Amino acid sequence: MAISGVADREPTEGSSITKIWNNPTVRGVFWQIVLIVAVLGCGAYLASNAIDNLARQHIASGFGFLGREAGFDISEKLVEYQPSDTYRDAFVVGLLNTFEVAGLGVVLATILGTLIGVARLSPNWLLRKLAQCYVELWRNLPLLLQLFFWYSIMHVVAPGPRDAWVLAPDVFLSNRGLMFPVPEADATHKFIWIAFFVGIVAAIGLDWWGRKRQEATGQPFPILGAGAGLIIGLPVLVFLVTGMHLTLNKPEMQGFNFTGGASFSPELTALLLGLVVYTASYIAEIVRSGILAVSHGQTEAASALGLQRGKVLRLIILPQALRVIIPPMTSQYLNLTKNSTLAVAIGFPDLVFVANTQINQTGQAIEGIGIIMATYLAISLSISLLMNIYNARIALKGR
Amino acid sequence: MATTTMLPASGPNGAQRFAVWVRANLFNSIGNSIITIVFGSFALWVLWNIVKWGVIDAVWVAPNMRACQAAGTGACWAFVGEKWRFILFGRYPYEEQWRSALVTLILFGMTGASFVPKLWRLEMVYAWVAAWIICGVLMWGGVLGLAPVESDLWSGLPLTLILSLISMIFGFVLAIFLALGRRSNLPIVKLVCTVFIEVMRGVPLITVLFMASLMLPLFLPPGFSVSKLLRAVIAITMFLGAYQAEDLRAGLMALPKGQYEAADALGLSYWRKTKSIVLPQAITIVIPPLVGNLIGNFKNTSLVSIISLLDLMSTTQVALVDPNWRGLTSEAYLFLGAIYFAACFAMSRYSQWLEVLLNKGKRR
Repeated sequence: MAISGVADREPTEGSSITKIWNNPTVRGVFWQIVLIVAVLGCGAYLASNAIDNLARQHIASGFGFLGREAGFDISEKLVEYQPSDTYRDAFVVGLLNTFEVAGLGVVLATILGTLIGVARLSPNWLLRKLAQCYVELWRNLPLLLQLFFWYSIMHVVAPGPRDAWVLAPDVFLSNRGLMFPVPEADATHKFIWIAFFVGIVAAIGLDWWGRKRQEATGQPFPILGAGAGLIIGLPVLVFLVTGMHLTLNKPEMQGFNFTGGASFSPELTALLLGLVVYTASYIAEIVRSGILAVSHGQTEAASALGLQRGKVLRLIILPQALRVIIPPMTSQYLNLTKNSTLAVAIGFPDLVFVANTQINQTGQAIEGIGIIMATYLAISLSISLLMNIYNARIALKGR
Repeated sequence: MATTTMLPASGPNGAQRFAVWVRANLFNSIGNSIITIVFGSFALWVLWNIVKWGVIDAVWVAPNMRACQAAGTGACWAFVGEKWRFILFGRYPYEEQWRSALVTLILFGMTGASFVPKLWRLEMVYAWVAAWIICGVLMWGGVLGLAPVESDLWSGLPLTLILSLISMIFGFVLAIFLALGRRSNLPIVKLVCTVFIEVMRGVPLITVLFMASLMLPLFLPPGFSVSKLLRAVIAITMFLGAYQAEDLRAGLMALPKGQYEAADALGLSYWRKTKSIVLPQAITIVIPPLVGNLIGNFKNTSLVSIISLLDLMSTTQVALVDPNWRGLTSEAYLFLGAIYFAACFAMSRYSQWLEVLLNKGKRR
C-alpha cells in the first residue's frame, strides 16, 4: 500500500526518464538494488578487513579449533570432562550447564511467580501488599546487581560449612553452596520409573476414552482424579510391592566440608536465586493479569449453569486465563534463558563462559561469538515457532 | 478487590472505622487470620532485622573496615561515606568531577522535563540537542579552558545515564526505519529488516556486547580504532533498536487503515505520508511501551561492566576491591540498589500514570 498513491497516475509532462523514475515499481526495484549493493558492499569490506587483521595477528580462522585440546578445566559439569578433552567437549559441557540452569530456573520461577501472582489478588490486604512489594522491589533492580548480591551472600555473608544455615532438615546452605539429600540409587527404582511412564500413557488414553464417552452419552468421567491416581498411584504401588527400597543419601559434616548428598555450587545457587527471584516478579504480573482478564460474567454464567466450583475453574476460567498467560509466559522463559548468560559475571561455567575462555585462548572471537549466537537463535526461533503454532490453535475463532 | 466498600459511609469515628476495616481486610475468616498472623510476623521480623542491621547497630563514621567491625555488628555506612564519590563518578579526574555532576544533573533534568506531556513539542528536540552539546563539552573538555578528559575515564552515574539515554535516542531513530522497513512491501527491504530484528531479539544482550567489544576491532581497517564507550553505544543501540522497532510496528498496525487510505487519497508521497500522518499517531500509541524500554535499558546498561566499562555497577565493584573496605558487599549493593530502584520505580509509576492519561479519550 506504501506507494499506491502515485501508482496509476499518468505523469502529465516531463521527459521519458522522469516518466520511468515516477513509476513506483521501477523505483522499488532501484532502491532494493541499492540496498543489496550497500549491504553486500559493507559485508565484503568488513570481511576483507577481518581477513587482513586476522592474518596480521596470526589468528587462525574456521572451526578447526573445536577438535583441539581445550586445556582448561570446568568446575561444574553434568558429563565427564577433563582439561585434555577437546573444545567441542567443553562447549557441550557449557551448553548442558545452560540447559540445567534454564530448566531449573523455569520450573522454580513458574512456581514462585504463580504463588505471588495469586497472592496479589488475595482478599487479605497484608498478603496483597507484601506480594506487591515483592514485585516492585525485584523488577526495578538490574538483574546483574541482584546476581552480584546473591553471590556476595553466598561468599561473604554465608557461614562456613561448620556453622551452615539449616534451611530444612538435611538441607544446608554455606559458603560451599547448597547441600541437600537425594535418594540413593536402587535396582528397583527403574521399575518405579516404568510404572510412572505407564501411568502417564494410561492417563492420556483414559482421557481420550472419557471424552469419547462424554460426547456419545453425555456421561462425564472424573479424569482428573483417575489420571492423578494412575500417574501417582502406579509408581507408589510398584514401590510398595518391590519392598520399599529407599534410602536417602544425606549430606553430613565430615572434617571441614560436607560429604554425601547432592549439592549446588555457590555460583549455581546464586545464579538460580537471582534468575528465579527476578523472573518470578514478571511471571507474577502475567498470572495476575491473566486471571483478571477473565471477566466476572464468565464465572457467574458458569455458576448459573450449575457447574461446581472446581469445574468452573477448570473448564471456564483456566482455559481463558491461559490464553492470555501462555504467550507472555513463554517470552519470560526465553528471557530467563537469555539472562542466564549473566552467569559469566559470577563465574558459573555456562555456554558463554566457555566461549569467552575459548576466545581468550585462541583469539578466534568471530567463531566463539558465532557459536553462542547460533545456539541462542536456534532456541529462540524454535520456541517462537512453537508459540506461533500454539497461538494459531488457541486463537479465538471469529465468525 | 474493593473490600473497602464494607465501610459505613458516615457515623462511626476513626478508630471504629479502622477496626471495621481491619476485620474486613485482615481477619474476615480463620484462614485469613492465620495468613495475616504468619505473614505479618514474618514481615515484621524481616523489617526489624533490617532496621537493626542498617540503623540501630550501624556504624556511620570509621576510618576503615576493621574500625567498623570493632565498633558494631551492623552495617558499615562509613564505607559509603568514604566511597560514594568514587561510586558515582569513578575515575573521572577528582578536581573535575563537578563537570560529571553537572552532566548528571542536566541529563536527569532533561529526562524529567521530557516526561511532561505539555512540553512535547519541537522546542524539546532543540533543547535536547543543546543539552547534548553542553554535556559533550563538559565531559570531553578541551575547550573554554576545561581540561580535556579521555572518554575512557568517564565512569559511574554519568556514564550509565549517557549510555542509556543516547542508545535510547539513536535506537529510536534506527527503530523507525526498521519498523517501516518490516512493514514495507518491497520484499528485500522487508527481509533485511526482519532478519536484523529477529536476530537481535533472539540473542542475549551480552553476546551483542561481546560482538561489539571483541569482534568489531577485527572488522575495522588497521590503525582505525573505536573507543570502548562508542562500541558499547553501538551494541546497545542495535539491540534496543530492534525491540523498539517491534513496539513501533505494533503502533503502526494499530493505526486504522483509513488513515493510510486517506493519506493516499490526498496524493501524498510515501515519506510525506509517513512523516505527517502515520508516525505522529503511531508514536503516540507506543509511548508507554517506550518508557518501559527506557526502564529496561537503564537496568541493562549495567551489563557493560562485563566488557570492562566503568559504569555505576563497575565502579561499585572496584570500590569493593579496596583492601581497607573489603567484604562490605551488602552496604555497597544496597547503596547502588537504592539509586537504580529510585530511578526505575519513578519511571514505572510515570508510565502507569501516562497510560491512564493517554487513554483518557478512549475510555467510556
